[in-house]
Formats: sequence, structure tokens, C-alpha cells
Amino acid sequence: LAKKNKNKMGNLVEEYFEAHSSSKVLTSDRTLQKLRKRRLNQQTLHDLLKKAPLAYAAEIKELNQQHERLFSKWMLQLHLGFNIVLYGLGSKRDLLEKFRTSVLQESVHLVVNGYFPSITLRSILNSITEDVLNHIGTFRSPPDQLEFIIKKFKEDSSLELYVLIHNLDSQMLRGERSQQILAQLSSLPSIYLIASIDHINAPLLWDQAKLSLYNWLWYETTTFSPYVEETSYENSLLVQQSGSLALSSLTHVLRSLTLNARGIFRLLAQYQLKNKDNPSYAGLSFQDFYQQCREAFLVNSDLTLRAQLTEFRDHKLIRTKRGADGVEYLLIPVDDSTLADFLEKEDEDI
Amino acid sequence: MKSKEIPTAALVLGVNVTDHDLTFRSLSEVLQNNITPYIALLEAKDCPGIKNLMQKLMGQLMNCYIDVDSSEDEDYVQVSHNRIRCSMTSLINWYEHVTKKPDSETPSKKRTSSSRHWQSPPVVVVFKDMESFSTKVLQDFIVISSQHIHELPLVLIFGIATSPMIIHSLLPHFVSSLLCIELFQSLSCKDHLSTIIDKLLLRASFPFKLGEKVLQVLINIFLYHDFSVQNFIKGFQLCIVEHFCSQPVSVLCCQLVDAKKRADSLSHDQCENIRKLPSFRRYVESQVSEKQIALLTVDTYLKEITQKLLEDLHVYHENYLSVLRCLHVFTSFLPKYPLGKQIRELYCACLENQVWETEEYESSLQLARMLNKSDLVTMLQQCVEIFVSSSGKEFDNTVEKLKEFLTQFQKLEEEAFQEQDVSVSSQKELQKKTDLYHLQKTLLELKESRRSKKLTKFEMLRFEVVDYIDSLVRNYLVPANHKTLHEIMYFNTASVLREHLNAAPRIALHTALNNPYRYLKNQALKSDEGSISNKAPDICIVYKLHLECGRLINLVDWLEAFSTVVMGAEGPNADAASSDQVDDIIHARFIRAVSELELLGFIKPSKQKTDHVARLTWGGC
Repeated sequence: LAKKNKNKMGNLVEEYFEAHSSSKVLTSDRTLQKLRKRRLNQQTLHDLLKKAPLAYAAEIKELNQQHERLFSKWMLQLHLGFNIVLYGLGSKRDLLEKFRTSVLQESVHLVVNGYFPSITLRSILNSITEDVLNHIGTFRSPPDQLEFIIKKFKEDSSLELYVLIHNLDSQMLRGERSQQILAQLSSLPSIYLIASIDHINAPLLWDQAKLSLYNWLWYETTTFSPYVEETSYENSLLVQQSGSLALSSLTHVLRSLTLNARGIFRLLAQYQLKNKDNPSYAGLSFQDFYQQCREAFLVNSDLTLRAQLTEFRDHKLIRTKRGADGVEYLLIPVDDSTLADFLEKEDEDI
Repeated sequence: MKSKEIPTAALVLGVNVTDHDLTFRSLSEVLQNNITPYIALLEAKDCPGIKNLMQKLMGQLMNCYIDVDSSEDEDYVQVSHNRIRCSMTSLINWYEHVTKKPDSETPSKKRTSSSRHWQSPPVVVVFKDMESFSTKVLQDFIVISSQHIHELPLVLIFGIATSPMIIHSLLPHFVSSLLCIELFQSLSCKDHLSTIIDKLLLRASFPFKLGEKVLQVLINIFLYHDFSVQNFIKGFQLCIVEHFCSQPVSVLCCQLVDAKKRADSLSHDQCENIRKLPSFRRYVESQVSEKQIALLTVDTYLKEITQKLLEDLHVYHENYLSVLRCLHVFTSFLPKYPLGKQIRELYCACLENQVWETEEYESSLQLARMLNKSDLVTMLQQCVEIFVSSSGKEFDNTVEKLKEFLTQFQKLEEEAFQEQDVSVSSQKELQKKTDLYHLQKTLLELKESRRSKKLTKFEMLRFEVVDYIDSLVRNYLVPANHKTLHEIMYFNTASVLREHLNAAPRIALHTALNNPYRYLKNQALKSDEGSISNKAPDICIVYKLHLECGRLINLVDWLEAFSTVVMGAEGPNADAASSDQVDDIIHARFIRAVSELELLGFIKPSKQKTDHVARLTWGGC
């Protein structure tokens, strides 16, 4: 068996080097741009997915029922000083929610949506101090706040708090400091923590000290349910995100401008597209730009151009960057494909 | 120059950081009781800068002081440490203040305080985890405090997890020269493990027992993963929870007196539970038919028998442990330790199956038959001690027998003179003859005589002793799962432990993605190893396709491959009219699956090439 394992290990190592041996990447050059298909936005994606039926609904329901049978056991183990962590494929959000509604209805509990992109450690601690402990006042730092919470919980043994954390391994809670503080919280005997993890490397978050504070009992809860909430915030690759926003806002803003102002922007956009393959392109310098605008009869003085540029800047349509020689360079902070789309559209309009 | 040195104790504590807390707590208690009331324990996570360190230190020292004699220093409690400016001078002022205080007070009080601590007790600062402190903070603190060592008698204690070399790699020479370091070693964690096993598992008084597999898992986690005693105890706790949770007959797992009472008041259902136990069924089958019927139908009779069996089990444990220790005395003397050096290995071997049938036991008996006399005598003496101190009652005979062996050995010593004479004479013969031919001849003769020679008395006795031990082992070290009703006391489900303590999330993901049939029991998903049916959940198909790629994946190609697979699954019934919509739905499903893979950490967006994602795993997993 050992030999077999060793062989397997050897293969893995070889596979690693195979994958990383050459810096050359052998993939086709096709891009989504060329695919004759509009990009979907979040809403249409959601609607489309609603139309597609969920495969194997019956089996998934059975899986969930299996997990639900463990609820009473979890409660027992939580009360004995262990904390529960759930892993496995599929969203565990509904399962935890079921746990909350069926078991925790009577008791004080706190739900932390780790996948929520603007969740912070401070907001978690605040909700404990403000809502659970009814304490009004601020703290200088999270460790101070933690100390206060620990003191309160030690003084009053009747306090009990269930904490449910969806995606303990999410981007916002991943940091060393937040994990440390959460671990210390969970080590309190009257705080019961039940959390879920999804990332394959989530266990790397915890060293020995944190693991012993967390005192995990691991439960595999593979649910196969889709990660609806969890991925809705993920800036997915295929969903139109900033690009779509930028394009629609671009057209929106420019519609409200004078013809000359639109001309100025077009000029800058065209220049940027012309130079898109030049890696050392830093932008168009103000002087050159002024010159070009004058030649196209778009502005008549330095001042009008500056005023125009200020307006663009206020709408975040351009960015200025100071080069090594101290000259201001102008750039449009939109990716090239969007810009090309924009120009195409403008041409149609005219 | 010498006077600027700070006395420092470096404690080498081992890598099991989780257990250090207990060590430090008892250390500070001991110090507090015997030496000084001023102890501060600092952790690296509280001290990112020198300012935080000083704050923490002063806060702890002042609280410490209040803790120790909290009788009358009201004015001290008033001063909240947040408001004090945390600097070395204020620390020194405080220290002068508190040490002077006893002088101004009544002499009786002074006497008590000086009898407990000397006039200016040292201030002890413990750095719990030396390795995680930032070097700058440590250096600054040491340099600053060495300046004030006259006014403030500091003593530092470093808790070191790795090796004392770390002091010199963390601190440059000009700093470490300010310290006067004394090194202390702590007990290795293996010793702690042996103590725990000895006190917890090898005691008959504790009714709950671990099965062989479970014990092996716990020991493996300890030895191969973390060396943490705390985790071992956690595992043990989990075993207890699981046992009393899942096994209905575990109500009887308690002290013998209580167990008998409980057995008497069992309900009918509980009796049925006992009847269902496999070991009890074996027992029933071995009985005569009338008894069988009585056992299976009459509850009162069953209770009676259960009580008897419980008592048997109890006696069995007491005897078992004594004999086990005795056997361990023998095997731990042998060269190469065929049955293991530690008693835990022997215990595992004995729990697993009948130990006398194993090869290791055979070879250790053979080795035992070659032991010399002094070893044998000391071992027998130890065995006598074990049996005398054991609570089992059956060993009176055994002790007698062993003592008899000992007296016989003493007798042998007296007889030994004559034998020595014989051997000496033969030796002399050898020395006399220098002729090569004769020498060879006598040697051959000697050899012949030795071969044919009858066993000496010592050898006879030795055989007798070993055989006796062997018979003891065969009588008493029957593995637990041959005993009736062993399920009450033994916890045997090792898989529970492995699942909940030593989980492998990545393997779970891998199986779920590769072989969804394991979880979703649908016939459509059943397929051979390695291949995946095209009706599998989207994420499985996307995952499978991504496995075929290298470091970078082209999204367009991936999408096309996915839609081909999925269209194949839907079959020809998708008509051309709605194909555009079907396309869109497939596109949406693909997006969902890809973003799920991203959430799981298999891929991440890459800027290297447009519309590509980078793969974060390699090979087939």
C-alpha cells in the first residue's frame, strides 16, 4: 500500500511539473468577443437559470434529509464544547437555515453571511456587543471589543449565543486577524459556533493554535445544491460586470454633452485604440491633445479644454497620470473592447 | 557590564503549542505561590508593537498585584491602567510604590510578606510563544529593560516550541549578550501520552474502554499529526459522546455496583437491546436449549445472567490489566522489542486478536527463553509487585508461584559454585594444551558434550518460568471482543473518529465531482470509474472537462465542449425553433457552474490571455 501511495505521490509531483513546465500556453485564441452572443447580465442569468430545471431534485432532497437527521446530535455536541464545521460540495446555506429555523428558534443566535462582500469583522463584533449584550459605546480596536465580550460572557453564565457562519472561508473573513478573533470567540464555552466552508484550501487557514481554539468537529454535508447566493456576488468571468456598466454610463453621459465635447472624447478614444498594442503607451499628453483638438476645431483655447476634461474626470470617464517627465497623460479607464463597442455605436448614431 | 544582564529562562516546550497553555498556567501558579506576585504572560498576537507590549504588561502586572492581596489597596483599583502612560518610568514608579508599601505598614504584615517573598520580588515576564514575536519588539523590550535592571528586577521566561537556537536567530548578538540564559527542557509529549494511556485506559476503575481500531486512530493522530495531548483528550471525549449517544446498552457502562442496580431495573426494550448484541447471541448459542429459551423470553432471568456477566467482565478487566503489565515487563526487556517498547503497543496488539497466535509473540517467547538470570530475577520481582498491588483476587496463587520461582533461583546461586568449578577445569584444560591438533580435538569434544548435555537446572527453571507466563497470557489476555457483553464498555467505531477529527474536505469534493453517484443514488449517474455520464450535474461535467486542460483554460472552448456534452444528453428532442433559447440556457448553466468552480477554488480569472482562466490544481484532482 505504501508503495502504491508513493507511486501516486510521484505521479502527482510529475503532473505538477508537467503543468508548469513551459511558460507557453497551448490554447486556442478564440475569445468570447468573437462568439456571436450577447453577454448576459446578472438579471437575465437569474431568469434563465430559473427556466432550467434543477437536476436530480429528489435525490438532493434525500441527501438533505439525511443531513437534517444530525441536527439533534449537533446540538448535543455544541453544548459539550465542540464546534461544528460543514464541508462538501454544494451550498450549505439552506441546510444551516433549516437548522436555524427548526432548532434555534427559541434561542439567541447570530447569522453571519460570510459570502456577503462587505461583511467585516467589526460588524460581527458590533452585532454581538450591541444586539446581544445591549452595550452602547465604541471600542478602539477589535481585540478590545473581543476582550469586552469575553469578560461579559464569563461574568454572566446565563448568556448563550449560537453563531452560524456561512462560508467561513470567504474573501472577507479569510484574514489571519479575523480568523484569530473568530477562533477566540468560538472558544468561549457559551458561544456555539457552526460554520460552513467551501474552498478546497480552506483548512490552510488554521494553524494548530487556532484549530485548538475552534475545537472543530468536521461533518461532511455534500448537498449538490447550487451556490445561488454565494456566487451572486462573485464577479464572474462571463457575466457582464464593470464592462456593461461602463458602456451604458459612457453613452449616457456623452448623450448629455455638447457635440464638441463628444468629439473631444472620441478623439481620445480613437487615439487610445490606435495604441492599444503598444505596451509602453502611457496616454496622450495634454499638450498633444490640445494640439489635436485645435486642429479638429473642437476647442479654441487651453482653458476650454481644461474645463471639458474636468467634467470628464468628474464622471470618471478619463484618468490623468503623471509621467516620469512630469507631463500629464490622459487615459480612458475602460477596457479596449468596450471602447471599441462604444465607437462603433457612435458611428452608427451619426 | 555584568549587572546589566537580565536573567532569562528558556523553556523548550516542544511543537505541541496547544498544550502549552496548561503548562504556563501551572508555572505561573507555582511562581506566584513561592516566589513573586508579579507575573505577566504575554502572547505574540497581543503585542504587534512595543507600545502594545508595554500596555499589556502593565495592565497584567497591576491586575496581578490586586489579585494577590486584594484586601485593602482600594486606591490601586481606582487607577485604570488605560489612563496610565505606559512607559518604563511609570512601570518603575509603580514598582517602587508597591515594594515600599509593606515597609510603611505594620511590622506583622511586613513579616508575612517578606517570609513569602523576599524584599524586592522579581517581576517575571513570560513570552508564551517566542517564535511568533516580531524581532523588533523583542529586541526593543530587552534593550530598554536592561537599562533599568537596577530599579526593576526583571526575569524573562521564553517559551520555545522549536529549539534553543531560535534565540540566537531571532536576537542579534548585542541583544542576546544582555541576557543570562538558562535552558530548561520539558517532558517530551510521548511521555505525556504514555501517562495518559496509563492513567486513563489501563485502569480497571474507569469503566469506558476503547477498542483497538479506535485507540490506533487516536494514537496515529497523535504521533503522525500534532503531538497534542489536548487533541488526544478531545478525541477521547468524542469517543465517550459517541458511545453513550449511539449504543443503547451503554447505560450499563458504569461502576460495577451501579451497573448491577441498573441491570436490575432494565425495561423490556432494553432487555431486547441486550438480546440483540452479537456477543450475547454467541453466548446464547453456547448454552443448552432450556437455558436458551429462558434467556430469550424471560426478562428476569436475563437480568440475573446480565449481572453475572457484568461481574465476569469486571473481574476479567482487573486480571487483564495486571497480566498485561506483567507481560510488558518481560517484553520490554527483550532486544529489538518484537512486541513493542511501550505498553500502548502491547495493549493494541492484545486488543486486536489473540496475542499468542502472532509471530511477534512467538519470537519474544523464544528470546525470553534465552534471558540471563539477573534479568529474569528482577523481572519476576517486578511481576510480584504488580500482582500484589493489583486488586484482582485470583492472583494469590500466582504470587505464591512466582515467589517460589524466586527462592528456587536463590538456591541455584548456591549450587552455581560447583558448575563454575566444572567449567573452570575445562577452561584450564584448554589452556594447558597448546598443540593445534589437540586443541581442535578438545574443542570438538566440548561442543559435542554441550550439545548432548542435559539442560542445567537453571535452564530448566527458565523454561518453566516462561511457560508459566505463557499460560498466564493465554488465560487472561483473551481479547475483549471474545467476551460476552463487551459492547457495553468498548467503543469500536473508528470511522466516526476519522470522519469528525481528521476530515479531508478535498477528497470529499473530489469524489462528489468525479463520482456523483456516491451521493445521488440515481441509476442514470452510474458509470465506470474515470468516465462520467453526460447526465451528471452541470458542475461535474464542467469539472471533468476542466481536468483535461493544462494550466490555462480557454473559456470559449470550454463552453463549447460543455454545450456539446449537454446537448448530447438532451438528445434530438430539442427542436430547431427553440434552439436559440436552449443555447442561452446552456450558456447560463455554464456560467453558474464555472462561477461555482471559482468559488470552490479550482480556477481563478487570469489576465495572461483574454478570456482565459488559470487552473489552480494539477493532474487528475
